[in-house]
Amino acid sequence: MNLEDFPMLKQELIYLDNGATTFKPKCVIDKMNEYYETYSANAHRGDYDISYKVDQEYENARETVRKFINAKDKESIVFTSGTTESLNMIATGFFKKFLEPNDEILITKSEHASNVLPWFRLQNECGALVKYIPLDENHYVTLENVKKSITPKTKVIALAGITNVIGDERPMKEITAYAHAHNIFVVMDGAQSVPHRKTDVQDLDIDFLAFSGHKMCGPTGIGVLYGKTELLEELDPVNVGGGMNESFDNPEKIYYKELPTRLEAGTPNIVGAIGLGEAIRYLEKIGMDKIEEHEKKLRKYAIDQMIGIPHLDLINLEADGGILSFNVDGIFPQDVAYYLNKYKVCVRAGNHCAKILKSEVGVKNSLRVSLYFYNTESDIDALVELLKDKEKILKEML
Amino acid sequence: MDEELRREIIMEHYMQPEHRHRTDDKDYEKVNTNNESCIDNLDIYVKIKDGIIEDICFEGEACAISTSSTSIMIHNLIGKSVHDAKEYIANFDHMLNEKEYDEEILKEANAYNEIYKQGNRKHCAFLPYEGILKILNKYEASESKN
Repeated sequence: MNLEDFPMLKQELIYLDNGATTFKPKCVIDKMNEYYETYSANAHRGDYDISYKVDQEYENARETVRKFINAKDKESIVFTSGTTESLNMIATGFFKKFLEPNDEILITKSEHASNVLPWFRLQNECGALVKYIPLDENHYVTLENVKKSITPKTKVIALAGITNVIGDERPMKEITAYAHAHNIFVVMDGAQSVPHRKTDVQDLDIDFLAFSGHKMCGPTGIGVLYGKTELLEELDPVNVGGGMNESFDNPEKIYYKELPTRLEAGTPNIVGAIGLGEAIRYLEKIGMDKIEEHEKKLRKYAIDQMIGIPHLDLINLEADGGILSFNVDGIFPQDVAYYLNKYKVCVRAGNHCAKILKSEVGVKNSLRVSLYFYNTESDIDALVELLKDKEKILKEML
Repeated sequence: MDEELRREIIMEHYMQPEHRHRTDDKDYEKVNTNNESCIDNLDIYVKIKDGIIEDICFEGEACAISTSSTSIMIHNLIGKSVHDAKEYIANFDHMLNEKEYDEEILKEANAYNEIYKQGNRKHCAFLPYEGILKILNKYEASESKN
């Protein structure tokens, strides 16, 4: 749906790599150009009209994000460069302070590198231990397995809402309720879930959420760190400098600003935030429920056809998000991706930044199709047609 | 070299690469070479004695272009002196980058003479060379010290 909104889709292109990044609708591009062309000033000045307008638009964007994820306070929305930075801020700025040696951090083997490495680093730096919640036979996280993995030492559970290779949706609300009853914090990596379905941080009651703008029709280089306000108050800024300080005289006398500015040192990504705000308004106009429904339907449409092709090994028959991971029997995934590229079909080949997943699924590399609302049944038809004939792939993959 | 022959050479070395195995022999120097923008990942083992490459083997996962290129490279470099090997590699590099090169010495590696047209696969073809160059340069540096 809404194909006509996307300048990129005017090209002859079948784009099936939305888990990596998404195309931008014209309204987002226009909104960003408007900043560059008509009020291109810095934020937090307000001494002149165009600068005042920057502050208004920048803070409007924050309010748009707040409403979008139903956060209670505007102060709990911090603009970052993306999910990666947000998760690093959570691990380094918050958890590093109070995790003690042998405290346990629970993740899974299907997490993206950005929700693995910040925790690995904590293990190396402060002696906390990264432990894995076992996945079930469909590579899902069950509440049962979460319960079994929790020990008196568990202090934080960090999970993707939806994973980027398997596309499974985690029961975050149930996990959070159980975790909180045991005094455990919950961090949600929303990179693959926030763009694709409704996220209500109050309903989920999660403590921290991280997500990226560019995976939801917004620009690159902008993302969000959400934290319950009382927790963000405890989060030490990783970056200090301009914009975030109230006053300073010497190392003993430094005063930082209030949230969220305290966590946004330096000139912020103003145009990024404004673009993200517009992207969210655009998505809301379509309706997050509709987006979710469309992707689910389209995924089923794809699976129904691909399941009948004998040389395709489907890795995630079950999934909640619009992600299909598979291999063509006996052909290196990258060669298949190159072959598809010859027909202007864009898919991803690789380990998809989930390098510890291989021990769970027994497959190191794969092809990944990741859908968004602007994908159509005819995109899937074209893909299936190209994958049907293994001889053709072998012949044309070089 | 025509399209069909090129394809045949590459596919043959992809399906049945030569010297694909690992070694724990201490006489071999090991180097890992991987492609940042994709998933090719190879370990190459090289045994050099008195300035001559006595043996090379490799293991790892890589695409058809990288795998076949490694196999052909190994086939062509075993028995060469470090000096001649570097000359061979320079010629291969020139071919990929549309500079003048000696077709004669590249032999089957001429199968990649059109790869410059596919920018994203050029690196795949050169990947094993990148790895082995590290070993050859290291060898030369240690020799010049002695």
